[in-house]
Amino acid sequence: MEKVIFEYHSQSTSYVPAADPQAAKKHIPVEYLGVEEVILPQVSEQDVIRHFTALSKLNFGVDNGFYPLGSCTMKYNPKINETVADFDGLAGIHPYAPEECVQGALQLVYELEGFLKEVSGFAGMTLQPAAGAHGEITGVLLIKAYHQQNHPEQKRTVILVPDTAHGTNPATAALAGYQVRQVKSDDQGDIDLDDLQRNLGPDIAALMLTNPNTLGLFEKNILEVSRQVHKSGALLYGDGANFNALLGLIKPAELGFDVMHFNLHKTFSTPHGGGGPGAGAVGTIKELTPFLPVPQVIKKGKKYFWKHQQANSIGKVRSFYGNFLIAVRAYAYFFALGAEGIARVGRQAVLNANYLKHKLENYYPVPYGRTCMHEFVMTPHHDWAVSTLDIAKRIIDYGFHPPTIYFPLIVHEAMMIEPTETETKETMDTFVNALGQIAAEAVQNPELLKKAPLTSPVGRIDEARAGRQLILKYEKGRDAR
Amino acid sequence: MVPKDLKYSKSHEWVKAVGNNTMMIGITDYAQEELGDIVFVELPKVEQQLKQQESFGVAESVKAVSDLFSPVSGMVVAVNEALGKQPELVNKEPYTNGWMIKISLAAPAELSGLLSAEDYEKLINEGSK
Ligand SMILES: Cc1ncc(COP(=O)(O)O)c(C=O)c1O
Repeated sequence: MEKVIFEYHSQSTSYVPAADPQAAKKHIPVEYLGVEEVILPQVSEQDVIRHFTALSKLNFGVDNGFYPLGSCTMKYNPKINETVADFDGLAGIHPYAPEECVQGALQLVYELEGFLKEVSGFAGMTLQPAAGAHGEITGVLLIKAYHQQNHPEQKRTVILVPDTAHGTNPATAALAGYQVRQVKSDDQGDIDLDDLQRNLGPDIAALMLTNPNTLGLFEKNILEVSRQVHKSGALLYGDGANFNALLGLIKPAELGFDVMHFNLHKTFSTPHGGGGPGAGAVGTIKELTPFLPVPQVIKKGKKYFWKHQQANSIGKVRSFYGNFLIAVRAYAYFFALGAEGIARVGRQAVLNANYLKHKLENYYPVPYGRTCMHEFVMTPHHDWAVSTLDIAKRIIDYGFHPPTIYFPLIVHEAMMIEPTETETKETMDTFVNALGQIAAEAVQNPELLKKAPLTSPVGRIDEARAGRQLILKYEKGRDAR
Repeated sequence: MVPKDLKYSKSHEWVKAVGNNTMMIGITDYAQEELGDIVFVELPKVEQQLKQQESFGVAESVKAVSDLFSPVSGMVVAVNEALGKQPELVNKEPYTNGWMIKISLAAPAELSGLLSAEDYEKLINEGSK
């Protein structure tokens, strides 16, 4: 395993003139001088390069191999996106540049919002939020503003969230000042209509729903859910993290969603967190557009302008206009695929997931077994002496990224698998073979799985200890291992 | 492991009378097993008022973050400070040193609505899907 940079002690040739700290001191006011010794790595230029090159080789990404991390839509991001995002006229502009100097950039924002409206059916759009969860809070604040504006006398203080929801949903509702109430799922994996009916009432501001839900299932009662929610005076929030499954097939606005966030880093092939930043565009129906964040890009004649004033806007949610260069990548993706390509995304993603599910069902139980959308959830067999964690770790030995595990919470020992539309049948077949072998190992040699991974730079990590004694920075003299 | 002398909630907490209207509360062996290694426990402040079923804290494990629900209404009179440094006590000794809070009971009648050891055992045997 590569050591941390502080453990290097190489003082060979330096290719830049060394600074003289004593001389530098003269130029810094005393009150700004530190009093403690600063620990800086002592390392030669060559070792720095070797260190970071070694680390970069340990990275695993979609460009190294199959990455079926459920809910995260780890699809291949076409490299044309990067080329376009690197254009001088886009990468080199300043956010304070006058409108007339950045017409192209404004046009891009305006048109990308148009494309997103087109595929979702929404009337309003903002690209400001910088992540899915940020899109959620923006959307929920729009809902709050809507209720306050339209019927300030009503006390809608609760947001409903299904028990399959991603953790960010209840967290968002709580952050926006709402109480959170959970709605059960039925034995089909859909939201339980009776439980929903029981919970709806004059205190409910909204239901936050993910469709397809986190079991990878299309909420088949969505129209009835939408009818009940709206009848009670509440709004329907769409968590669009799983929109990839619907792209080109259905427009969420037509299902009754009033507001929805998109994860551009999932559905529209922009980089994920770590390599991010992300983008969580938010779309709304017409009734919610007066509350959208400012500024917005508007078009008058052939020219584009910033609109900063809007009486009922919830205000700004991000500096400038969000992560602009991420929007550029999504825009490039739309053009690379074209209308026809975009229309195939959802279909292919669903086909791939069902192919994998069908094959893997030979080895692993799939508790909610009906036709899935873009992903599905399976488990180890009840009588195996290994856990989902053991299987996930063993998958690393076969050269794949493990699936999402222990989520959604309603499935015991969940493994959530999402191949995405960009994987080939060959890749999926290799994965199926590996999982078939792991299933055999789970029966014949469970000890092997408990020790996995055996081929990675670090073996089984003590997750509990890491959680209990979180060490995030280097301290001299403390052995991190 | 479901001790006979305790009362249980459907959300997998146990309740034990520890004298004079005071109840000790923790999570069951089944619950800690389901959660996996617990890395952090967030507990309420002493004197906080709790309603039955209300969340009194959070248990975070390597798998998930779960709310803890109070099986009875009342005022918190003590919390297990040891869990701050040693959350693993919940895994190791869920019914003794892994206790979480003590509550001074507001509505003693609520006790009769809780599950017996037998009923709780039935619940967890059905529940594992
Ligand atoms: C269903 C669901 N909702 C919301 C989010 C939050 O998105 P982000 O990670 O971009 O904040 C995710 C992310 O994994 C998700 O899977």
